[in-house]
Amino acid sequence: MQEIQLKDLYDGFRDAKTIKAYKKIIDEDAKKLDRTINIMEVCGGHTHTIMKYGIPQLLPSNIKFIHGPGCPVCIMPKERIDHAYILSMQKDVILVTLGDMIKVPGSKGSLQEARSKGADVRFVYSPMDCIKIADENPNKKIIFFAIGFETTTPMTAALLNTVIKQNIKNILFHINHVTVPEVMSELIDSRDEHVDSYNHNIDAFLGPSHVSVISGSKIYEKFPKEYNTPVVVAGFEPVDVMQSISMIVKQFIENRCELEIEYKRLVSYDGNIKAQELINNYFEKVSLFKWRGLGNIKDSGLKLKKDYEDYDAEVIYKDILPIEEIEDHKLCICSDILRGMASPTDCTIFGTACKPNKPVGSCMVSSEGACAAYYKYGNLL
Amino acid sequence: MKTVTLAHGNGGAENQELISKVFYKAFKNDILTKSEDAAVIEDGNLAFTTDSFTVSPLFFSGANIGKLSICGTCNDLAMMGAKPKYLTCSVIIEEGFDIKSLEKIVNSMKKELEINEAIVVSGDTKVVPKGSVDKIFINTTGIGQIQQKGISSNSITQDDVIIVSRDIGCHGATIFAAREGMDMSSDLKSDCASLFIQVKALIEAGIKITALRDATRGGVSAVLNEWANQSDVCIEVDEQKIPVSNEVNGICELLGFEAMSLANEGTFVMAINKDEASKAIEVLKQFENSKNASIIANVTQQYSKKVVLNSEWGTKRFLELPTGELLPRIC
Repeated sequence: MQEIQLKDLYDGFRDAKTIKAYKKIIDEDAKKLDRTINIMEVCGGHTHTIMKYGIPQLLPSNIKFIHGPGCPVCIMPKERIDHAYILSMQKDVILVTLGDMIKVPGSKGSLQEARSKGADVRFVYSPMDCIKIADENPNKKIIFFAIGFETTTPMTAALLNTVIKQNIKNILFHINHVTVPEVMSELIDSRDEHVDSYNHNIDAFLGPSHVSVISGSKIYEKFPKEYNTPVVVAGFEPVDVMQSISMIVKQFIENRCELEIEYKRLVSYDGNIKAQELINNYFEKVSLFKWRGLGNIKDSGLKLKKDYEDYDAEVIYKDILPIEEIEDHKLCICSDILRGMASPTDCTIFGTACKPNKPVGSCMVSSEGACAAYYKYGNLL
Repeated sequence: MKTVTLAHGNGGAENQELISKVFYKAFKNDILTKSEDAAVIEDGNLAFTTDSFTVSPLFFSGANIGKLSICGTCNDLAMMGAKPKYLTCSVIIEEGFDIKSLEKIVNSMKKELEINEAIVVSGDTKVVPKGSVDKIFINTTGIGQIQQKGISSNSITQDDVIIVSRDIGCHGATIFAAREGMDMSSDLKSDCASLFIQVKALIEAGIKITALRDATRGGVSAVLNEWANQSDVCIEVDEQKIPVSNEVNGICELLGFEAMSLANEGTFVMAINKDEASKAIEVLKQFENSKNASIIANVTQQYSKKVVLNSEWGTKRFLELPTGELLPRIC
């Protein structure tokens, strides 16, 4: 049997010739556009690809990106990070989370700082690693601070499933899972306080595709239908992104407005039914979830169902977890930036009260956020 | 900066902040602030350096903490064009540590000292109660005799090109894989090796080295950023020329790293006059350890103090100094 190597997964999708060929097609097609089109890549993974491979430099001046709110770490509000911080400081607690979450400051500091004060904070690549940690530390409570969009929710559900089946007593969950379609609607629908309007400049969406591997492309159906905004569900390699942009441009010049899938090698219309069932077993919608920089968004978060509240750290530790809202900085204009209505440099606290090591809004948290990128690069590249 | 976090030990931006705001502030002098791999003393005749080793796990594919502790210090000397001569060795051992493992570590040190033709001339041992250190920490300090004067990361100009001595990121990727318990069928092993032998060959071939640095914590990315900054130049890297093995690329894909930011323990970056570059590559290719040596970058003035990565399809981006918490205790 021939061995499959990791590089087989991306070989071809980073091919310079193919990328240049798409550039040529897009350049030609874009000449037929009668205006500039702004494409929002919703997902942080796409932002990463766009930045890493320099995609904007390959595009004509009438195609622009608006970097979306799709990084689960960036959008985590201070209130939730404070919960993690407080939980990590409890005696005999090991707080476990995914990657970059430990860097982001809440109002008390970041988890990294909690750890330097003695808290046991660990990060894992797979939530299932919690089982091993729980096994090695039978006298401690393992609290999994669960973050992420539809992509990572099934992994949390699978962990809970195992915890219940194996009757593991020392793993709890603090759930911060959020969903993509709700925030996309919010950006288009809601009134913006700073500019007092319902305007936005989003002409098309690059749809997050790992979300759709789980939930199917069907979750984006309403955008072309109800909002007259095309969606192309795109893969994460540079060739995927270039092809998806080309598909969007073609929709505009052919006067179509559709939901299309570029990432056909993994995404189907219905998605992974089994994973969806697993999620529906354990989770339900919370009526409001607060997003850093965007405020409360209806139905955009998940929580454990009441049947599983014995595993819910928010229920078990409710006496020590504050529920008061911490007001976002009044001058932060993240939501305008995310709607494509303002540039980071329009913000009065940009680079002063809001910097990468002390971010106010979500756009400054990750190096891929619009504000952080502007802060680092200016308009140099 | 109120408390020290693990990010302060990453070899990147936070690490530099800690060093400059606390240590340089207290110890500042002309030799220290040159910020080279080893201090150059006694009219440029001697190189002097120290390094501590805390790697976890202690034993990993390709090396162990003992070999690492000799390579690390000897390489810092070699990077100033110095022949490693005398080392000290200080160990802090946790109560309960297995003597067999200790012997294995010390034997690896002995073997690596022989390769460098260097000797340990002084030492210290401390044993501390369980939990005070994790198994064993080693410090080595070394003195070397400089064979070629004037190697400095402050003097790179547009006449230079940048060479890396081999495929990058193997040490960092190996430690990550070991820590994450990733069981992969692969030949991946740490590049941990002594580098003086290659430096000696370059010097003996009459090659004038502008700057030389082993790309440890923070990887090639940190070296290039420090050089661009110290020499006030722009380093333009040709991305497709960077040698990276399939195994390292695979780990980077899985865990979301850049090979350029991964640590190395037997890989150096060299700035050298354009005219001598092909001769240097020829010398390096004679060694198994540097048979993949490659010219990866030009020096320009396009963006002052920045490292630019040029892609195969004509785009460019800045290569940043690594920030945040990389995996702690890789060395």
